[in-house]
Amino acid sequence: MIEVRNLTKRYGSTLAVDALSFDVRPGMVTGFLGPNGSGKSTTMRLIMGLDQPNAGQARIGGRRYRDLHWPLREAGALLEAKAFHPGRSAHAYLDALAASNGIDRRRVDEVLDLVGLAGAARKRAGKFSLGMAQRLGIAAALLGDPPVLLLDEPVNGLDPAGIHWIRDLLRSLAGQGRVVFVSSHLISEIALLAEHLVVIGQGRLLADTSVAELSAGAASLEDAFLHLTGVSTDYRGHVAVSGAEPGGWITQRKEGSS
Amino acid sequence: MTVLTGRAPAGHYRFRHVARMEWIKLRTLRSTWWTLAVTAVAGAAMAIAIGLNTISKSADLTNNVLAGVIPGLLLIGVLGVLTMTGEYSSGMIRATLAAAPRRPLLLAAKAAVFAAASLAVGEAASFLAFFAGGAAFRHGISAPALSQPGVLRAILLGGASYCLIGLLGLGLGAIIRHTAAAIAVLVAGVFLLGPIVGAAARGLAAYLPVFIIGNSLTTTKPQSCVGAAQCVHFLSPGVALAVLSLYAAVALAAGCWLLVRRDA
Repeated sequence: MIEVRNLTKRYGSTLAVDALSFDVRPGMVTGFLGPNGSGKSTTMRLIMGLDQPNAGQARIGGRRYRDLHWPLREAGALLEAKAFHPGRSAHAYLDALAASNGIDRRRVDEVLDLVGLAGAARKRAGKFSLGMAQRLGIAAALLGDPPVLLLDEPVNGLDPAGIHWIRDLLRSLAGQGRVVFVSSHLISEIALLAEHLVVIGQGRLLADTSVAELSAGAASLEDAFLHLTGVSTDYRGHVAVSGAEPGGWITQRKEGSS
Repeated sequence: MTVLTGRAPAGHYRFRHVARMEWIKLRTLRSTWWTLAVTAVAGAAMAIAIGLNTISKSADLTNNVLAGVIPGLLLIGVLGVLTMTGEYSSGMIRATLAAAPRRPLLLAAKAAVFAAASLAVGEAASFLAFFAGGAAFRHGISAPALSQPGVLRAILLGGASYCLIGLLGLGLGAIIRHTAAAIAVLVAGVFLLGPIVGAAARGLAAYLPVFIIGNSLTTTKPQSCVGAAQCVHFLSPGVALAVLSLYAAVALAAGCWLLVRRDA
């Protein structure tokens, strides 16, 4: 289980994450939803201990990330595609990560096979397309066969077949009783994947609810989401943001700034 | 719902696990091997050039040919910088810290692996420079032998200076995090500052890395003061080694302090 309690992060005068509290439970996919710039990536970085919170804390299985005994066996994360050196092969990259947590080297070939990179494993990873980089990131997250997975925008750069593949993969991982926490700014993507939703806007919790509950009482899940986030969106463009204009809310936002 | 099996074993990840990761990371970059090869070859090439042009039998011949280590020091210093800044420029730091979130342990493992690799290559380069330079002597000058007083010490300390400059680079990389800026500081501090400070304040010259290496570590004879006005009291080899080690240790300690406190 991931427990987030009163998590707060300030960058200069900007409050990126504002007293956020929620739990992510095992056995289902939990979507982490919010407009770009709402603090999703920052929250994930705080959970992973990459950034230090100004207040509050996040725990994975009862421990802060930096106190985990075998981090890669306890939590796997995809925070950004291309968290690897371009000169190193996919195989060498995973080999190094496996060594750090005493993971059997045979597991490297296993996960490369699982994500469909077995054929490109010895090539310099710098030559990878965004989709391949994303697959390598997913391989790294799965390397330690962890019970907790955090994935920040995992469908980025994947083609339709890849998107279908990751959807099935994440659902089956959740079905095995794992914690699967997936962020996205695409409500349509999350609607197909998640059972539970944590919705934030401007770093604050807007909803912690099941998909069914959120969409009840609105014309669609997208309408419900827009209604929820409409009051707390940073980068709203001049184009009116309303439920009457599906999709319009994405177009005016900064790319990749979430 | 399937119950998860194969949970993590007892105990926790340790220095040796992280060191293995760092060793794999170091040896799986082609640039590492290129840099180390060029380091050794450049040392030998410069030593040969010095050997061919040495005409004074009374000079400290060992010290002369070991001046060949200087270009290699620059390269290994840059490799030290890149070992750290490459993590940030590539985004690898996030994967590294996800695998080993205890940051002082990570930096210690990184520094230990780099120290071992750069010491091995440094000693090889230093011996190579000594023998290549010695073989190139002309004008009836015979090469110094390893058995002569101070010669072996000078070669070994010449090799150790690669390791220490490399660690200084790694520490600067951890402090500055940007490749170009860290290399600029390294080059300025080690190679450019020397002549400038040396000219402005002679008393400080003995403590500058380039003079420590050139005039204290790689010499066989104690420096004598002939012209009293121009006299610089260079450090003894032991003190010089301690001072250079201190520079590397301070850079690494500052880098560690910042690594722990800063967001990655």
